[in-house]
Amino acid sequence: MAESGVAVVRKGRFGGWVRGQVRNIAPFATLLFLVAFFSLSSDSFLTGENFANILNQVSITGIIAVGLTFVILCAEIDLSVAAIANVTGIVVAFFTLQESYVNIANLPLPGFAAIVIALLVCFGLGLFNAFGVTIIGIPSFIMTLAMMQIADGMSALFVRGQIAYAVPSFVSTLGSGSIFGIPWIVIVAGLFLLVAHLVLTYTRFGRYVYMVGGNREAAEYSGVNVKFVIGAVLVIGAVCSGVAGMLGVAYFGSAQQNEFTTYLLDAIAAVVVGGTSLFGGRGGIGNTIVGLLVLGVLNNGLDHVQIDPFLKILIRGLILLAALVINVYAQRLRSQTETSGGE
Amino acid sequence: MTEGSDRPLLEMIGISKSFGGVQALRDVDFSLRAGEIHGLVGENGAGKSTLMKIIAGVHHDFQGTMRLDSKEVHFRSARDALDAGVGMVHQELSIVPDLTVAENVFLGKQPVTSLGTVDWKRMVRESREHLAGLGIDVDPTTRIGALPIGLQQLIELARVLFSGARIIILDEPTSALSPPEVELLFTTLRSLRDSGRSLVFISHFLDDILRISDTVTIFRNGRKVSTTPVAEITKRQVIEQMIGVGHQELEESYTGEIKLDTQFDAPVVMETEGLTLGRSFRDVSLKVRAGEVLGIYGFMGCGQIELARALFGKIMASGAIKLDGKLIRLARTSKARDHGIAYVPESRRAMLFHHEPLYKNMSISILERISNILLKPASERQIARGHIETLHIRTPGPDQLLGNLSGGNQQKVALAKWLTHAPKVLILSEPTRGMDVGAKEDVVRIVRGLRDQGIGVVVVSTEPETVLSLADRILVMKRGEIVREFAGDTVSKDRLLEAA
Repeated sequence: MAESGVAVVRKGRFGGWVRGQVRNIAPFATLLFLVAFFSLSSDSFLTGENFANILNQVSITGIIAVGLTFVILCAEIDLSVAAIANVTGIVVAFFTLQESYVNIANLPLPGFAAIVIALLVCFGLGLFNAFGVTIIGIPSFIMTLAMMQIADGMSALFVRGQIAYAVPSFVSTLGSGSIFGIPWIVIVAGLFLLVAHLVLTYTRFGRYVYMVGGNREAAEYSGVNVKFVIGAVLVIGAVCSGVAGMLGVAYFGSAQQNEFTTYLLDAIAAVVVGGTSLFGGRGGIGNTIVGLLVLGVLNNGLDHVQIDPFLKILIRGLILLAALVINVYAQRLRSQTETSGGE
Repeated sequence: MTEGSDRPLLEMIGISKSFGGVQALRDVDFSLRAGEIHGLVGENGAGKSTLMKIIAGVHHDFQGTMRLDSKEVHFRSARDALDAGVGMVHQELSIVPDLTVAENVFLGKQPVTSLGTVDWKRMVRESREHLAGLGIDVDPTTRIGALPIGLQQLIELARVLFSGARIIILDEPTSALSPPEVELLFTTLRSLRDSGRSLVFISHFLDDILRISDTVTIFRNGRKVSTTPVAEITKRQVIEQMIGVGHQELEESYTGEIKLDTQFDAPVVMETEGLTLGRSFRDVSLKVRAGEVLGIYGFMGCGQIELARALFGKIMASGAIKLDGKLIRLARTSKARDHGIAYVPESRRAMLFHHEPLYKNMSISILERISNILLKPASERQIARGHIETLHIRTPGPDQLLGNLSGGNQQKVALAKWLTHAPKVLILSEPTRGMDVGAKEDVVRIVRGLRDQGIGVVVVSTEPETVLSLADRILVMKRGEIVREFAGDTVSKDRLLEAA
């Protein structure tokens, strides 16, 4: 038995490495392919300006995807991210002085107070998710589905069908301003990605996230406070969404209902297309960055080529499906490699 | 029939099989007569399971010849083998717990009415008759998951028989059974043999093999060592052939009286009073002393596994748990860990991270001691290297993925997790289950070493050998209660079994 494990590794070292890396290689290959394809089929695609566009376009998705990466690494899911982004954006606008023509019964407060309240709201909603999943024991899929409705409902009550425009100047700078020609929102997204990467790779908490996702039972038997870790990732997911929501309101120039609906699928797609395992424990921020770029290049590139605009959605769907197939396939390759070690 | 019984029903000649460069079977001959029970023994990885999986069509890529009724056959799948009359009852039962007994017996081939709907009446009637024929009296409409494991196993056996199998391979059929259940199984097996069927019985339990088999074949390192009528071989000879050399410690645990080295005056580290958990266990009061190994023995399902989990905070029981005389509340496993309680569960899969390198597996329980916020992979690797050396773990290094290690080495990793900072109490659930003789001895040595450091060790097991070879004091559990204590005297396997 002991020899067999070693021998298997030795025999297929390179093959085994490739198999283990499928989830990292495949998304990167997809990205290169898409870039090559759009570069050849359009003159306007491969320009510095357009690259900056792509980064700008994926920033909000990116901030949401940071939180979701934590959640999915723990083998949980958060379907409420877009709704929490929406309500947080609306709350920050609700507590900001609006122009007189805006017909919302809002409560103007100083900018920093509005931001603190908005952050508390998304933190609180994340805590509520965490409570439902860890203390009551509701599966995260269902709990966050309910939270999606709750957050949407709160949004509806705040704006009552109206649109607010003003946000605190700090938020509006980060959401729509730039420094040295670089949009602040890209910098914020970059910082979130960087900090998340450092946390996941170099901190004890990050290790626990991977271990809980890799084998929850083993983590519990090792004395890891599994419920705390799962609760924490749900709070992180909600807070990242909230920040994305505030900046998004500034980015769009308005706060209204159903503003972020498409961001739920985009953020999940970015994480999963990047190769982070839906079964937990595998992947990371590096994968999410590649996934974001795949999505960004795809969305942007399809605008540069002559294509039926109505076909665009279908193509996006098919690419997402392909990525999911690769994700499941990579999982299977990995478990095959693992079991071939035994008798 | 009498003429045919001399000619083998199944013949295998020169069978070799390798898995990715590892030779699992080397040039093995094997034959099975009609109407015999043939026992197969050997340590883990000796090749017995591989050979049986070839017969049952699970592995179809091998060298050598296989003849059934003197005709050469080569099964491409388990279905193929079953069609030819070869069935296998695996150690992990393939019943569907939420279906009824009848549905399980007829799984995949339910009788249908002329309308194309399932013929429930016929299904229930026929399965009742069929089970009664095997001496099993059970209502076919019962949900099978609600039955004791022994009955579930017999029903799975019934299903294989029902598919028309003449050759039935049983992989470790007694490992989860209580003695009365074993008796029931053996009675059934004997009557099957007498009706002309051939049975292959794979087991680590040598007593069971020697009691039920007509012939025993011994494997070692992928080779067949011998095939002997059971009447002509003793247990000692079987062990010698299985392992090659005399393993004294183990033999002692099989035969005769064991002296318990109980420490009556050592301080009590852990104590429970009236610990109760639903139907699992009731009113359990016990003391764990520093520097002793406390064995808790009982049949499968007597509540000892749940008790072990409750002592680690995996499940919450009512009653009192005291550590060093102070009352503690174990609301979750991390609390127990912080109090210095360590636990190794019965399943390796449940306690290790197969995709992760060794060092991460070993450091997970002590991360809070070696890092505040930032990880220190260098010291994690350092600690791992130390464990690899002291526990003789066979691996190229701390970055090796755990999944690439063999079972016995994985078990050592599971222990190593807790050894960096000596716990006060170490709870081991089934520490030697499914291990070969050599690995068992390693575990015995490691556990004794820990005890000698003053750790209070609790060993919970359904295998009497495990408890007898490790414990200094033994508690016997029966239906959720502690019914007997063996301390300071001698104990034998018989008396242990008798008490349970």
